[in-house]
Amino acid sequence: MSEAIHNRRKFVSSIMTTVTAACAIFAIAVLILILSYIAYRGIAAINWEFIVSTPKPVGEGGGIGNAIAGSAMMTLLASLIGLPIGIGAGVYLAEFGDKWYGNTIRFLSDTLIGVPSIIVGIFIYTLIVLPMQRQSGLAGAIALAIIMIPIVARTTEEMIRLVPKSMREGALALGAPQWRVTWDIVMPAAASGIATGAMLSIARISGETAPLLFTALNSRFYNWYYDKPMSSLTVQIYNFATGPFEVEHQMAWAATLILVGLILVINIIVRIFTRKKF
Amino acid sequence: MKSKISIKNLDFHYGPNQALFDINLKIKEREVMAFIGPSGCGKSTFIRTINRMNDTIPIAKVSGEVLIDGKDIYAPKTDVVSLRRKVGMVFQKSNPFPKSVFENVAYGIRINRMHSGKSDLEDRVEKALVDAALWDEVKDRLNSSAFGLSGGQQQRLCIARALAVQPEVILMDEPASALDPIATQKIEELVVELKKEYTIAIVTHNMQQAARVSDKTAFFMLGKLIEVNPTEIMFTNPEDQLTEDYITGRFG
Amino acid sequence: MLIFATTILLTVVAMIFMMVWNSMPTIKQFGIGFLFGRDWQPASDIYGALPFIYGTIVSSLIALIIAVPLSLGIAIFLVEQAPKKVATPIAFLVELLAAIPSVVYGLWGIFVLAPFIRNYLGVFLQDYFGWLPLFQGRLTGIGMLTGGMIMALMVTPIITAVVRDVLEVVPTQQREAALALGATKWETTKIVLGNAASGIAGAVVLGLGRALGETMAVTMVIGNSPQISASLFEPAYTIASVLAANFAEATDSLYLSALIEMGLVLFLVTFVVNGFAKLLVARVAKGTGTAKVT
Repeated sequence: MSEAIHNRRKFVSSIMTTVTAACAIFAIAVLILILSYIAYRGIAAINWEFIVSTPKPVGEGGGIGNAIAGSAMMTLLASLIGLPIGIGAGVYLAEFGDKWYGNTIRFLSDTLIGVPSIIVGIFIYTLIVLPMQRQSGLAGAIALAIIMIPIVARTTEEMIRLVPKSMREGALALGAPQWRVTWDIVMPAAASGIATGAMLSIARISGETAPLLFTALNSRFYNWYYDKPMSSLTVQIYNFATGPFEVEHQMAWAATLILVGLILVINIIVRIFTRKKF
Repeated sequence: MKSKISIKNLDFHYGPNQALFDINLKIKEREVMAFIGPSGCGKSTFIRTINRMNDTIPIAKVSGEVLIDGKDIYAPKTDVVSLRRKVGMVFQKSNPFPKSVFENVAYGIRINRMHSGKSDLEDRVEKALVDAALWDEVKDRLNSSAFGLSGGQQQRLCIARALAVQPEVILMDEPASALDPIATQKIEELVVELKKEYTIAIVTHNMQQAARVSDKTAFFMLGKLIEVNPTEIMFTNPEDQLTEDYITGRFG
Repeated sequence: MLIFATTILLTVVAMIFMMVWNSMPTIKQFGIGFLFGRDWQPASDIYGALPFIYGTIVSSLIALIIAVPLSLGIAIFLVEQAPKKVATPIAFLVELLAAIPSVVYGLWGIFVLAPFIRNYLGVFLQDYFGWLPLFQGRLTGIGMLTGGMIMALMVTPIITAVVRDVLEVVPTQQREAALALGATKWETTKIVLGNAASGIAGAVVLGLGRALGETMAVTMVIGNSPQISASLFEPAYTIASVLAANFAEATDSLYLSALIEMGLVLFLVTFVVNGFAKLLVARVAKGTGTAKVT
């Protein structure tokens, strides 16, 4: 009698293994479907002129050079603002953040990470665009920086907390003051982890669209000044994709190939790098 | 000889739990005192009160006096940083920094600004490594990572690092417990050598080690100091029944 | 360091202040009725947020109905079933799904998912379940269902990641105890799931938070029409997508205020939802989540 029950239980178990495996395979299939379709549609439309030139009236070619430049400029400025603040806040949370103030900041960081990025766009619109009376690359970059800061802060904190306590005690026992322990011993030990977090946060903001829609807006020209509206790859993709023209749809796929390629490369590099490390 | 360290009525609490009860103890200059007792008896906690390493634990509370050269190190105006320079520590698990061999030893010298130039720094590093009986093994690889050394070498590097800042007291928290017998022997020889210049407090779970290296031995149990005596007496003719039971292996 | 940490505090405070301040005109004019108004006519300054709230909730529910079982399956497979050698690369690929930008999902949604629904899935649903009001109406491929489905793909890697973390925290002894009693792999997994129950709930709530705020992809495929319809094939609108689609052209101050107030509502809701999710996940990490099973 127990034989039959036993077989039944084993059968149920193997069915469930199959079902869960099917879930995993489905997710990977979706990933492959998306990536391969981007590659298929994107490669058809990509060429040198597309990469360097600015948008032209429909049917006359044109490209996304200004969008690439705008994305690069805003990501750069956002990183210059966001990385130091984020890393500094992370160090604070890890080294001094066990009291009520640290807990508050940690809670707010997590909250900020969960806030939809479009909300950050609205905030910057009211804070910067309205007083300046125009959209600008600066406003876009600050919106991206605000998205970046809590992410960087929390990964930095996590990485610093991974540094063994024994290493801190070794330095303290030599008579090093707290700040020197942090700077000389803890930060170098956590550096590669912090750099990884920073890279991933850069990948993350380079794919953001919503916070740029009404802060940086868009522009049809190369614009090297942060106080004027600035184009970005993501907003450009959105505009192309939602427009009525097939030529523009083509360009949306090509721009997507560039954007996704960049983001995947960063993710894969970080992956290889961290696997070697640990 | 006068007392280098003198402890009076020391109590220690972790939050609601009392870990040390009314400890009274004197350690003389250039004396090695070993601390033995079953695990969890408070011996590690005790030596960490001598350089205020327990300050890093927020819920820890100390009362009583710990005097070094007659000064209470828990007095409000004590400079913890200079205290720790004066009282070096070697930990149970070797904890080299992620730096080169040279930079590990040089670190304490640099932060305390003890050197007068590059060649002086190099001399001090060399002397510390020689004193830690490590120089011959590492002199050709000073610039390679400290993580490349063997476990025993890493521990002696940590001793050299502690010696480099010229402490007066060295605390050792089971310094050989993670090492193989040969590396352990080297550390023990080193302790005997170091006592010519330093006052040493060493925690060990190995009674033979205590017998081999120390002048005096203190026996802790359940947070209380049961007995302190010269090591020969402790191991041949202990005063307290508990000490005898522990030493003869009846428990612990 | 303290200054940098304080930046985060100031940002959140400023964010709340600026949004409340700038939505004062509609708060004064419509009061709480703003949330229940069914009409949205910017041209005549009539603003009711209900269609957007409805669209946000329904599309998020569709996303969760699809994403939760899928994510649980993936996470169980990765932690409990697959050998480590297989699990590591698969886990990485699933994480990559989260790295793809929202606007790219939107693009893919418009040109791949929407035609698929219009030509195959929607036809199938209408053929077999057409008697349900859910699946009646004109099938364009753009609408509530498409929005929910694209959202599902986007929250799946997020829920999966949290469930994986939660499962990994369950002590190995729990598995060994079950296995030693002769339990099969699946029976052991059920013990583990029981241990992790509140953390899994946290992961689901976190996924909900993400879905509620999802913007670009949804804006591109949901149809952007402020109506409340039983049919999932009809176009709809979410709070996030009305902000994305209309904010830039809102010049009239009352219009702007209405949009900002909706942003404020979205902000507060995600704030509460995420806080709640964090609480649930933290319970597992501390081990209190296991109490009711053992």
